Amino acid sequence: MADPMRIRAQASGDKATVRVLMSHEMESGQRKDAAGKTVPAWFIQEVTATHNGKPVLSAEWGPAVSKNPFLQFAVKGAKAGDKIAVTWKDSKGDTRTDEATVS
Amino acid sequence: MKHSLSVLLAAGLMTISLSSLAQKTASQGIDEYRAMLQDGNPADLFEAKGEGLWTQKRGPKNASLEKCDLGKGPGVFKGAFVELPKYFADTGRVQDLESRLLTCMETLQGFNAAEISKTPFGRGEQVNMTALATWVAAESKGMKFNLPQANQAEKTFYEVGKRLFFQRGGPHDFSCASCHAEDGKRIRLQDLPNLTKNPGDGVGFAAWPAYRVSNGQMWGMQQRLNDCYRQQRFPYPGFASDATIALGVYLGVNSQGSASIAPAIKR
Repeated sequence: MADPMRIRAQASGDKATVRVLMSHEMESGQRKDAAGKTVPAWFIQEVTATHNGKPVLSAEWGPAVSKNPFLQFAVKGAKAGDKIAVTWKDSKGDTRTDEATVS
Repeated sequence: MKHSLSVLLAAGLMTISLSSLAQKTASQGIDEYRAMLQDGNPADLFEAKGEGLWTQKRGPKNASLEKCDLGKGPGVFKGAFVELPKYFADTGRVQDLESRLLTCMETLQGFNAAEISKTPFGRGEQVNMTALATWVAAESKGMKFNLPQANQAEKTFYEVGKRLFFQRGGPHDFSCASCHAEDGKRIRLQDLPNLTKNPGDGVGFAAWPAYRVSNGQMWGMQQRLNDCYRQQRFPYPGFASDATIALGVYLGVNSQGSASIAPAIKR
């Protein structure tokens, strides 16, 4: 089971800024281990975000994204108390969803 | 005409960007880069993990660390980091945060401390150790260092740490002081703090544990100091060794009154 994400969502004006920190190795598949064998690629492929259950963002990621990635985006119309949920799915099929309340 | 105008415009833009570049030193550029990263410091992930580990029942004794005495009484973690390393009567040793956590993991949870000490950094229980240290340090963020020096053992460790800091050796005849005893030195683009005096808020001892962006690793002070020895072409003194703790006392006492920014973010 993957470690939880850290999601912060802060409303200002007519939008909320969401900042997400994901815990993931993001192996590119280009590195070799101490024995000289290629470390198999393992990275987040799909990221989706919902605002009160309604999809607001979907992204396709590749192996060029850094380890422990940070994602920031703005959601129009999100107010304090609203729920923002973020889901990622990686190349091994592992997935994780975390939710935060807009403050 | 149109063509020459656009060339002129391009030339004008170039001078603007060149002059703005010239006004900014490399270290200012790095500071800006760090400030940009600070907002999404992945150290937060380790901090959250450490917080969970503190209350989680683990180890052969299936116990949590909630009764761990980090120097301010059992279970008190707020402000503990800025008073470490210090002398602990129960172990009869001067201990830093990580060696003290190791003691707690052994006495409360029943882990084998010697085995954890031998585990390479970033593997097995050492991962949990770093996460715990990150969280405890973060609970003292912004507080000022105030290491006790009342006990004779603490004074001795300060003197030992000072000597180790200036002790030259190895194939390059290096000491810590070779790089960290003068103002304004740098390695590649990294500014090197002068650690023989107080380097100020959030510099040197007050910046670790830290997340290193370049290799995506979270490092505690133990790994930082052990790796300094590796850079001097010495073998590791070892996790929770007296040598690294003595250096910690020397650096920590020198940082008296400086605010901790740990967990920081590094290149």
